[in-house]
Amino acid sequence: MSEKFDVIVVGAGPSGNAAALRLAEAGLSVLQIERGESPGSKNVQGAILYSDALEKLIPDFRDDAPLERHVIEQRMWVLDDNSFVGSHYRSDSFNKEPYNRYTMIRAQFDKWFSERVQKAGALLICETTVSHLLLDGQRVIGVMTDRQGGEIYADAVILADGVNSLLAKKAGFHPELKPKNVALAVKEIHFMPQEMIEQRFGVKGDEGVVIEMVGKITKGMMGTGFLYTNRESIAIGVGCMLSDFKNQKITPYELLEQMKAHPSIQPMLEGGEMKEYTAHLIPEGGFNAIPNLYGDGWMIVGDAGMFVNAVHREGSNLAMTTGMHAADTLIELRSEGKEFTSANLKRYKARLDESFVMKDMKKYKNMPDVFHTNPQFFNDYPDLISQAARTMLTVDGVDKKTKEKEIRKSFRQRRSLFGLMGDAFKLWRAFE
Amino acid sequence: MSEAPEVKKPMGKKRIELDDRLKAYKGVWVFVEHERGKIHPVSLELLGEGRKLADSLGVELAGVVMGLPGEVTRSFCHEAFFHGADLCYLMEDALLTDYRNEPFTKGLTDLVNKYQPEILLLGATTLGRDLAGSVATTLKTGLTADCTELNVDLDARSLLATRPTFGGSLLCTIQTLNYRPQMATVRPRVMPMPDADTARTGRIIEDTLGMFEKDIITKVLEFIPDAMQDKPQLPFADIIISGGRGMKKPENFKLIWDLAKVLGAEVGATRPVCQAGWVDLERQVGQSGKTVRPKLYIAAGISGAIQHRVGMDASDVIIAINSDPNAPIFDFAHYGIVGNAMTILPMLTEAFRAHLATARKAG
Amino acid sequence: MHIVVCIKQVPDSAQIRVHPVTNTIMRQGVPAIVNPYDLFALEEALKLKDKYGGRVTVLTMGPPMAEAALRKAISYGADDAVLVTDRAFAGSDTLATSCALASAITQIHKDMPVDLVFTGKQTIDGDTAQVGPGIAKRLNMQLLTYVSKVRSVDLENHEITVERRSEGGVQLLKTSTPSLITVLEGTNEMRFATMTNMFRASRYQIKVWNREQAGIEDVTSVGLKGSPTVVSKVFAPTPRAVKAEIIQCVGDDPKELSVTLLAKVFAKYPKLEKEIAKRAV
Ligand SMILES: Cc1cc2nc3c(=O)[nH]c(=O)nc-3n(C[C@H](O)[C@H](O)[C@H](O)COP(=O)(O)OP(=O)(O)OC[C@H]3O[C@@H](n4cnc5c(N)ncnc54)[C@H](O)[C@@H]3O)c2cc1C
Ligand SMILES: Cc1cc2nc3c(=O)[nH]c(=O)nc-3n(C[C@H](O)[C@H](O)[C@H](O)COP(=O)(O)OP(=O)(O)OC[C@H]3O[C@@H](n4cnc5c(N)ncnc54)[C@H](O)[C@@H]3O)c2cc1C
Ligand SMILES: Nc1ncnc2c1ncn2[C@@H]1O[C@H](COP(=O)(O)O)[C@@H](O)[C@H]1O
Repeated sequence: MSEKFDVIVVGAGPSGNAAALRLAEAGLSVLQIERGESPGSKNVQGAILYSDALEKLIPDFRDDAPLERHVIEQRMWVLDDNSFVGSHYRSDSFNKEPYNRYTMIRAQFDKWFSERVQKAGALLICETTVSHLLLDGQRVIGVMTDRQGGEIYADAVILADGVNSLLAKKAGFHPELKPKNVALAVKEIHFMPQEMIEQRFGVKGDEGVVIEMVGKITKGMMGTGFLYTNRESIAIGVGCMLSDFKNQKITPYELLEQMKAHPSIQPMLEGGEMKEYTAHLIPEGGFNAIPNLYGDGWMIVGDAGMFVNAVHREGSNLAMTTGMHAADTLIELRSEGKEFTSANLKRYKARLDESFVMKDMKKYKNMPDVFHTNPQFFNDYPDLISQAARTMLTVDGVDKKTKEKEIRKSFRQRRSLFGLMGDAFKLWRAFE
Repeated sequence: MSEAPEVKKPMGKKRIELDDRLKAYKGVWVFVEHERGKIHPVSLELLGEGRKLADSLGVELAGVVMGLPGEVTRSFCHEAFFHGADLCYLMEDALLTDYRNEPFTKGLTDLVNKYQPEILLLGATTLGRDLAGSVATTLKTGLTADCTELNVDLDARSLLATRPTFGGSLLCTIQTLNYRPQMATVRPRVMPMPDADTARTGRIIEDTLGMFEKDIITKVLEFIPDAMQDKPQLPFADIIISGGRGMKKPENFKLIWDLAKVLGAEVGATRPVCQAGWVDLERQVGQSGKTVRPKLYIAAGISGAIQHRVGMDASDVIIAINSDPNAPIFDFAHYGIVGNAMTILPMLTEAFRAHLATARKAG
Repeated sequence: MHIVVCIKQVPDSAQIRVHPVTNTIMRQGVPAIVNPYDLFALEEALKLKDKYGGRVTVLTMGPPMAEAALRKAISYGADDAVLVTDRAFAGSDTLATSCALASAITQIHKDMPVDLVFTGKQTIDGDTAQVGPGIAKRLNMQLLTYVSKVRSVDLENHEITVERRSEGGVQLLKTSTPSLITVLEGTNEMRFATMTNMFRASRYQIKVWNREQAGIEDVTSVGLKGSPTVVSKVFAPTPRAVKAEIIQCVGDDPKELSVTLLAKVFAKYPKLEKEIAKRAV
C-alpha cells in the first residue's frame, strides 16, 4: 500500500529544509527524502552562512544552531606563484550582535536544520534515493525511490536535490549541465587547536576570518580559492570551471595540493591535521542558465535551479530563499483551495522575480561569459599586480617615479592599453 | 556508555590499606588454555608476565589446568612449571574434554572462591574471552580485556592493566580497586615468550569439578578442525612481509609474495588492503587483526598508523619501505628505505636470494 | 519466537581525533553509528524471524541520542525497540552494563517471553566482548559465544543448534533456549531496508525506560558505583626514542641499497641471519 502526502521534498540541503519547514509549519503533510546517511552527510560548502535568509525562516536560529565563528575580517588576496597582494577589511562593527555572517560546518548545520524541520512535523527518510518522478501525462504525481516498495505519491514534488539535478534532467525539465556552467570545487578541513587558530589569525572567542583568493593558484583557469576559520579547524578549498579542468588536464586534487604549498598559504595550515576531503559541483551558469522552475505538480529550488551568485559566493542563502518561496506558494494555493497546476505555480516565479534572488542573478548575468572569454583575469593580472607591489616595496635606490613607469610598461607589455581599458570596461559592465 | 574512559581518580591517599576481605586474596593465577592436546602459547606468555607480577607482589604464581583425566593434562602442569609457575591447580574431569562454558565457568569460579587469588589472567582467545566474561560476572568482579601492558601499584596492591582505547589512538590504565580477583585478558603475542627451564618443578593441587553430564545443558555434537593448510599462522611466524595501500594494486602484492617465498615468510597486510580483498582477512596485522612478534617484519607501502603499529611493534627488527620520508612508520621501524616499493622489493628479494646462496655455500 | 538483540551506538572510531597538544579526545563532528558487529547479530535474528516467525526486539543502553541506532534497526525489520537511558548509568563498565541490560531483558520478558538474546561479538569502542557473557550469567542463560551460524531452532523442544568458532576449528553445539548468542562477524550481510520499514522506523515510538522502568532497584549495581573497574589514566602512546636508520647509498641505486641494508641488518642481528638461512628455501 503506497503512502500519499501533500508535498514530497527531495533533498535535505538548505533549500529542501527551508521548503519542508515552511510547509510543515503551515500544517501540510510533508515527506522529505534524502539520499545521504543523515542530512548534510554528503553536502559540501565552504562554508559561509548569511544570517538574513535563515533569520526569515528561524528567527531564533542563533540560540542553538551549530555556528562556528562570526566573521569579523574579510581578506581578498591576489596571488602569483610566490606572493600575494591583498586587502583586509576588519571592523569591530562586525562584532555587534546580531552577527551578519558565520562560518559553519554543513554536516552539523544541515543536521540541526533538519531536526527543526522534523520538530515542525515533516517526516524525513534518509539513505533513500529518489530514482525518478512518477508522471501522469505531464503531471508529477509522486516519486519512485530505490527501495523495495518505493512509490510514494504527493500533490506536489519540490526538487531540492542540488546541482546536477538528475531528477529534473530525467523528467526533461532541465537540460544536461554544460561544463562551462558548473565549477568543480574541492575542499579540505584541517583540524588544529583553537588557540592556534586564534593566534594565527589574530582573533579571539568566536571571531573568524575569511580569505577569498584569486590568481595563479587556479593555473589560469576561471575560479577562486578560499580559506575560512572554524572553531577548531580551517576549511580550505579551490574551485574552477569544469570546462577548464577538462582543458588544463590538471586534477582538482593536484590543484589544491599546489595551492596549499603556496608560501603564503602553507604557514596557515601548519600543524593541522587534514581530516576531510570533499569535492562538489557549484552551478555557476548564472541567470542565463536558470531552467524552467515549475510545472504541473513540481517546482525546482536551490542549486537544482542554478541559484548561485558566484561573484559573492552566495548559494545557501539563495537556496533557503527559493525553498521558502516555493513553500509559500503552495501554502497560499492550498489556502485558496487551488490546485498545484503549472498555471497556478507561476506565482512561485513571480515571487522570485520580486525578491533579491532574481534581481541579483540578473545583475551578474554577464559575469560568467566575461571570465570565460578573458583568461587574463586569472593569469596575467595576478602576476602584474604582484610584480607592481614588489617593485614599489623593494627599496633599491630606484626612485618611485621610475618604478611607476616600469610598472605601467609591464602592464602594457602583457596587455595592450586597449586591452587594459577593455578589461576594465568588461568588468564594470558585468558588475553593473 | 560502558567503558567511557572518564578518568576517575582512585579514592584516598597513597598506601591504601586493603580491608580484610580483600587481603585474604593472594597470589597470581594464569589460566592454562589448551586444545587438542597442546597448550596455547598465549598461556605460556602469560606465565612469563605473571611471574614478574608475582615477584613484585612477593607471592606465588599458579597455573590453572582443567581438562580430561590423564597424562596429557598432567603434563601441562609441568610445562607451566617450566615457564615460571610455582604451583598448579589441576582439575581433571571427563566433562572438561571439550571446552564448554558451563563446566569451565563453574570449575574456575569454584577454584577462585576456594583458593582466592588476587590476580587472574587469561588469554584473549575465543575461549579465554568466553570464560573470562562469564567468570567475572559470576564473581561480580572487574575484568579488563585485551591488555597490552600489566603492572602493579604496590601501594594499593592493585593491578594496573593498560589497554588501547578510542580506536587505538590512546591507551588507558584500568584498575579494579575494591573487588578480587582482578581479572585481565591479554592477546597472543603481546607478551614475550619466556624461556623454558626444564629443571623447574612445582606443587600440584588437585580439585574436583563436582558436576554430572546431566547438569550440563550444552552438548558438543561435533568438532570440525580447521584445515591447516589454508589458514595462515601469522601470530607465530618468525618472518613476516607485509604490504599496505602503498602497494597500489592487488597485482603488485606478488612482489611481497616473492620476497616471502625466498625467506620462507608469512605475508601480512594492513586493514584497508584486507578489506579491499587483496589478501585474506586472516592476514590483517593490527589492533583489529593479529598481533605478531616476528624476528623480522618488513613493511612495504605501510604508513604506520597506530592501529597497525600496535599489532607489530614488538617485532625484533622492523624494516620499512615507504616513498614518504615523513611516514610515521619511520618513527618506530629500525631500518628504513625511502623509495618506491615496487622497485625496491624486487631488488631486496634479489639481495636476500644472493646473500642466502653465498651463506649456504659457505655454511 | 522472541529474540532480543542488544545493539550499541558507538562513535565511528575511524573519525575520532586526538588533540595534538592536550591529548584529549575531540568528539566534535564524529558521527555515531551502530556498532558494526551488532549488525551481524541483528541480521542473524531477522533471518531466524523470517524462517520461524516471531518478533525481534532491539535493546540499547545509552544516551538519548542512541535512539537513532534503534530506529535504524527498525528500518531493517526489527519489530520493537527499547532505549534504556538514565543519568545513573553514566560511567558503567561492562559488569554494570550487563547488569542493566539483563534487567531490561527481564522486563521485556514480562511482556513477551524471550527465547533468545543476541549480541555482537564485541563493540568497537569498548572492545571487550564481555557484555554478552555478562548478560547470560545474570540471566542464567546458556551462553554461546562466537557463533558463526544458527543451524536450527526446535521451538517445540526449546532446542537450538549452532556452529561456534573456537581457536582451532568449529564446534557444533546443541543447547536449550532461552540462551544468549554472540554472533561472529562476517556471518551474513545486512539486508536493504524496504520503503515500508523506512516509514515504520521514522514513525515508530521508541520505548524509553529509565532506571526504575528497566527494573533496576539497586542504584549501586549500575553506573560508576556498579563498576568494579576504574579508569585511572588515559594517555597517548609514547613514541619510540630512536627513529629508523634510513639506509641510503650513492646514487640511490635500489640494488646497492638492498645489499647495504642486508649487510647492516645482519651485522647487528647475526642471529637473524642464521634464522633466515635455516628457514629459507
Ligand atoms: C566548495 C563550496 C563552497 C561553497 N561556499 C558557499 C558559501 O560560503 N556560502 C554559501 O552561501 N554557499 C556556498 N556554496 C554553495 C552552497 O553550498 C549551495 O548553494 C547550497 O548547498 C545549495 O543548497 P541545496 O539545498 O539547493 O542543495 P544541496 O545542499 O546540494 O542539497 C541537495 C540535497 O539533495 C540530496 N539529493 C540529491 N539527489 C537526491 C535524490 N535523487 N534523492 C534524494 N536526495 C537527493 C543530496 O544528498 C543533498 O542533501 C558553496 C558550495 C561549494 C561546493
Ligand atoms: C578501530 C580501528 C581499527 C583499525 N584496525 C586496524 C588494524 O588492525 N590493522 C591495520 O593495518 N589498520 C587498522 N586500522 C586502520 C588504520 O588506522 C590505517 O588506516 C591503516 O593501517 C592504513 O593502512 P596503510 O598503511 O596500508 O595505508 P595508508 O595509510 O594509505 O598508507 C599508505 C602508505 O604507502 C606509502 N606509499 C605510497 N606509494 C608508495 C610506493 N610506491 N612505495 C612505497 N610506499 C608508498 C604512502 O606514503 C603511505 O605512507 C584501524 C582503524 C580503526 C579506526
Ligand atoms: N550499552 C549497550 N547497549 C546494548 N548492547 C550493548 C551495550 N554495550 C555492549 N552491548 C552488546 O554487547 C556486545 C559486546 O560489547 P563489549 O563487551 O562492549 O565488547 C556488543 O556487541 C553489543 O551487542
